[in-house]
Amino acid sequence: MLYLELFIQGIVQGSIYGLIALGLTLVYGLLRILHVAHAALFTLGGYIGVIVTNTTGSFSLAIVVAMVAVGLVGMAVYKLAYEPLLHRPPYIALIASIALFIASEEIFRIVFGPFGLSYIDPPLQGQIELFAGFRLKYGEILVMGIAIVMLSALAWLSAKTRTGIAWRATVTDPEMAAAFGINIQNVRYLNFFIASALAAVAGVLVALLNNLVEPTMGSVPSYKALAIIVLGGLGSIRGTLVASLALGVIEAFGTIYVGHLLDRDALAFAFLILILMVRPQGLLGAK
Amino acid sequence: MAYEITLLTTMAISILFALSLNFISGFCGQISLGHAAFLGTGAYASAMLTKSSIPFLLTLPVAAIIAGFFGFLIGLASLRVRHDFLAITTMGVGFLFVGIVRKQDFLGGELGLAGIPSPDMSRESFMVFCIILAVIFAIFSLYIRRSWMGFVFESIADNEDVTRILGIDASRFKLAAFVIGTAVAGIAGALYAHHFRYIGPDSFGFVQSVSVLAMVIVGGVGSVWGVAFAAAVLSILPLLVQFIDDYKLLFYSGLLFAMMRFAPDGVAGIVQRLYGYVRRKS
Repeated sequence: MLYLELFIQGIVQGSIYGLIALGLTLVYGLLRILHVAHAALFTLGGYIGVIVTNTTGSFSLAIVVAMVAVGLVGMAVYKLAYEPLLHRPPYIALIASIALFIASEEIFRIVFGPFGLSYIDPPLQGQIELFAGFRLKYGEILVMGIAIVMLSALAWLSAKTRTGIAWRATVTDPEMAAAFGINIQNVRYLNFFIASALAAVAGVLVALLNNLVEPTMGSVPSYKALAIIVLGGLGSIRGTLVASLALGVIEAFGTIYVGHLLDRDALAFAFLILILMVRPQGLLGAK
Repeated sequence: MAYEITLLTTMAISILFALSLNFISGFCGQISLGHAAFLGTGAYASAMLTKSSIPFLLTLPVAAIIAGFFGFLIGLASLRVRHDFLAITTMGVGFLFVGIVRKQDFLGGELGLAGIPSPDMSRESFMVFCIILAVIFAIFSLYIRRSWMGFVFESIADNEDVTRILGIDASRFKLAAFVIGTAVAGIAGALYAHHFRYIGPDSFGFVQSVSVLAMVIVGGVGSVWGVAFAAAVLSILPLLVQFIDDYKLLFYSGLLFAMMRFAPDGVAGIVQRLYGYVRRKS
């Protein structure tokens, strides 16, 4: 019974990692930038979610508003921060991104206060008993459900639509794609919009599970999501999903069984280093 | 006067620490996002020893050897993974260090080690000692950069594959860079522990690793003078802007971002451009 509970916990956590890390993979796949500030957009999503829910009382409206608003902010981040740095060595963009992330944590703290915000009337608090003694919170079901819906929508978008084909072509070979008349700039904007919107959903969901948003809620996901996309083999979408779920489950079990030796975050990186030494290209990365 | 002595000692330790990363990331082009772990290794090793009443000066080589040994292991990892993969692996090492130290009772766990004995010298001579070590390593760095080893480092930083095709054993040089850089970081850690006389897991976390990398990049990757200058300024900047207290970190990160956005080649790059401008004028 304990195993099953730990496993489900791991999958829920893994779904959240997946939503965050997927955006990071999209950015990396297209621009080769390690986008640490992605986690700031995740936090922003959480704040918008809580504020909109508290003022309008509608949770679904909050999700939509958070996605659109954060998506637009993501596009602005690309335009203002990354575009001018594309021709520089990659660590420049990485440090810029870390600086941006620290700055935004400070801005959240100064604007919204250091103690964070909560839902006044938290939605979806009940739980359902699946079978004897085994319960799932509605919130947890929602997390898994939304993750599945979002990821399927993304898979459909990239496989079946013209936009998706343009996007994949740009990832594979930007110059060739441009020669075929694809507007690379638009692809990049769209990429940042989708990536940031996914982070925003994750932010709203984490805010729901913890019933709290605070300025520092992005700091753990930011670095862990980097570990995940590297683990998955940078830029590989399938690898990212596998790595997210695997990490969620490993953390759930690991904190119980080796928690006295390593804390939760160190565990993730121990796993990462171990895998990278055996498979330097990541779990599903191409050599 | 005591305040100035503390400031100068802090500066000297930061310069030594930043130059040690410059050796790895600047000269040899291997980006490390976990360099604070080696500062921490040296600090913990040295503090544990002086706490069992072994003379401070004797602990310096021990700190260097232990940190250098771990640096050797990371160097081995850098032979497996490169570029962004290496950046994330070293970041992982930093988190691993903090995560392990946090859980070890004999290292003080969460609370850290307090009551570290003072080094067996006056505050003034400790300051001079730190400055001398920083200067020696700066001279050593300048010397290495002009040596055969320095050229190989530059070539590895530029293009490792070509270096290998030229018949140079790049792996050996990369390992050497990691061992020297991390051993010196270990010495800086020993100085750090006995300067502040308190260390904890959070003194060596990701923020410290990023700030030291920021010193190297703001100074101008690979430039000894630039990095020393940036380390000196950035290490005491938080103290100088104490008056904006609540906005300190915002100011620091904003500055870092502006630097990357508008002058990514750092202080050294700015100076070089100014110099070129003046030369063209005359």
